[in-house]
Amino acid sequence: MKGEWVIFPGIPKKDRKSLNEYLAAGGYEAARKVLTQMGSQDVIEEVKKSGLRGRGGAGFPAGVKWGFVPRDVEGPRYLCCNADEGEPGTFKDREILLHVPHQLIEGMIIASYAIGANKAFVYVRGEFHKEAASLQRAIDEAKEKGFLGENLFGSDFSLDIVVHMGAGAYVCGEETALINSIEGRRGWPRLRPPFPAVKGLYGRPTIVNNVETLASVPFIISRGADEFRKYGTEKSAGTKLFAVSGWVKKPGVYERELGIPLKELLEDVCGGSRDGRPFYFVIPGGISAPPLTADELDVTMDYEALAEKGTMLGSGAVMVFPEGTCPVRVALRAIKFYEHESCGQCTPCREGSGWVARMLEDVEKGQLVGEDLELLADVAQNIFGKTVCPLGDSVALVTLGFLKKFREEFEKHLDAGRCPYAE
Amino acid sequence: MKVLSDTTVKRIKEEILPRYPEVTSAILPSLWEVQRELGWVSADAVKDIAEVLNVPAELVFDTLSFYTMFQKRPVGKFHIQVCTNVSCDLLGAMGVVEAFKKQLGVEVGETTQDGMFSLSTVECLGACGEAVVVQINDEYYTGVTPEKVAEILETLKRSA
Ligand SMILES: Cc1cc2nc3c(=O)[nH]c(=O)nc-3n(C[C@H](O)[C@H](O)[C@H](O)COP(=O)(O)O)c2cc1C
Ligand code: SF4
Ligand code: FES
Repeated sequence: MKGEWVIFPGIPKKDRKSLNEYLAAGGYEAARKVLTQMGSQDVIEEVKKSGLRGRGGAGFPAGVKWGFVPRDVEGPRYLCCNADEGEPGTFKDREILLHVPHQLIEGMIIASYAIGANKAFVYVRGEFHKEAASLQRAIDEAKEKGFLGENLFGSDFSLDIVVHMGAGAYVCGEETALINSIEGRRGWPRLRPPFPAVKGLYGRPTIVNNVETLASVPFIISRGADEFRKYGTEKSAGTKLFAVSGWVKKPGVYERELGIPLKELLEDVCGGSRDGRPFYFVIPGGISAPPLTADELDVTMDYEALAEKGTMLGSGAVMVFPEGTCPVRVALRAIKFYEHESCGQCTPCREGSGWVARMLEDVEKGQLVGEDLELLADVAQNIFGKTVCPLGDSVALVTLGFLKKFREEFEKHLDAGRCPYAE
Repeated sequence: MKVLSDTTVKRIKEEILPRYPEVTSAILPSLWEVQRELGWVSADAVKDIAEVLNVPAELVFDTLSFYTMFQKRPVGKFHIQVCTNVSCDLLGAMGVVEAFKKQLGVEVGETTQDGMFSLSTVECLGACGEAVVVQINDEYYTGVTPEKVAEILETLKRSA
């Protein structure tokens, strides 16, 4: 299958976790090449040319983002690697941390060099003790070998990487909240502009990239942007780690090229339905991506095709639900998550997520009166676009997405005065 | 120092602080250090951290209050946290919660009388492919079913 474990062969093979294993597989050659033969602008151009887009959710082109760092300011800049992996449904970055930590470190060396950072942080979600330990072990190995520290590969470039543990807050995955959290403050997202690339960590130019984004960079440098572009589509280049969970026989993390048909991913890669029950709906990009119903599954897994269907690729987290799943329950569970995780800074998100959750609870019990579904939509709609960070938007999009696609199911609850799915 | 041990103070000063360009960044790792040592973070511990780092105690309190993984009161020796987010819910997380409740004789958010077990529900643990996921202290237990709960509790009791 095209794009099968091209960039991350070490994940299924589990054969390059240690520094020696990684070196034997050609590891750190890309970093060496960058530091001994390339200027920082060359690196940025190559990554731009590759079309690599951010794998953390928003899909912003990585090279373009790096180019936003002002070249003429004196003083420190920072690279932050986002290993918060908080979007429900997402469990891919931990595979990188556990099995190919050196690939991430190498990507961070290259990115740091490109933006002129001598200090980088990896923000790891607080629950990931094993993952953080695996990464720290790799950092220590790299340091010992001189791949981190002073004068890397004989150049005058130095880099230090610090692992910083989060402590349980989904919103800290948002890049400006993440920056506040590294600064030791509550994880409140910041208003933009200024963008982190100009004024981020400690008020300095800062780039935040996802684990998978950074770990894809060594491939682009060693094999070239064109080789990367052989996979994926014109606008969604390369491969992606898909994390599939829910009602499939073989849930797990799979690298395939972007643009793989969703049905192929579910049927051929993940073995289809657990018990033969047909799929009812699929959330294609983490909980914040509106659902696709069974008759919408003829879609390819790339940024454009999913956006056309009113949803998104997000982090590549695919959640699969069989017939017999109550969509109201899933919507309610999602909104309760946002209610719990809202940082409380913006009134529409803080209050709105609570109102929407209460109303969905009433729908689930069949207690909301008919036209109140309009009110539900109205409350949700009113959160959209009025908040500091996109978490508030997700409350709106998820609610409206479920309401639009499963209107009849919502109404069935109200007609029956209870959840028709409850046994 | 009211509650922090010399080792912790030393670790904060010699290992944590030098990693960061600015001192406030040491707050989270220091809170982790204290929680690892004492099991939870008391008001006295917060004051100690503020003193070691030479930052206002209010700032440390403010940071502490924001993050759910810091325990603001003592918890059981084993903190059982069941993920009840969407993928785990689909594969029966609520049944797992019920099994823990029944076998421990506590509600969610409570600790057993002997101080051994605390039970919580949590949001997605980032391991949805192996649902149902339960975190007990630093360890992940995956593919948990109500039937496996008794065995998990037995193993924990034996290791205590
Ligand atoms: C509420 C919220 C949570 C987020 N959580 C994560 C996360 O856990 N991991 C991640 O990489 N990006 C997350 N993001 C996206 C980041 O803000 C940011 O776009 C990303 O880290 C940039 O990296 P990339 O361009 O390499 O994708 C989140 C965004 C929001 C609004
Ligand atoms: S939208 Fe919600 S989570 Fe984001 S900053 Fe506002 S209150 Fe906080
Ligand atoms: S939903 Fe339970 S680990 Fe993600």
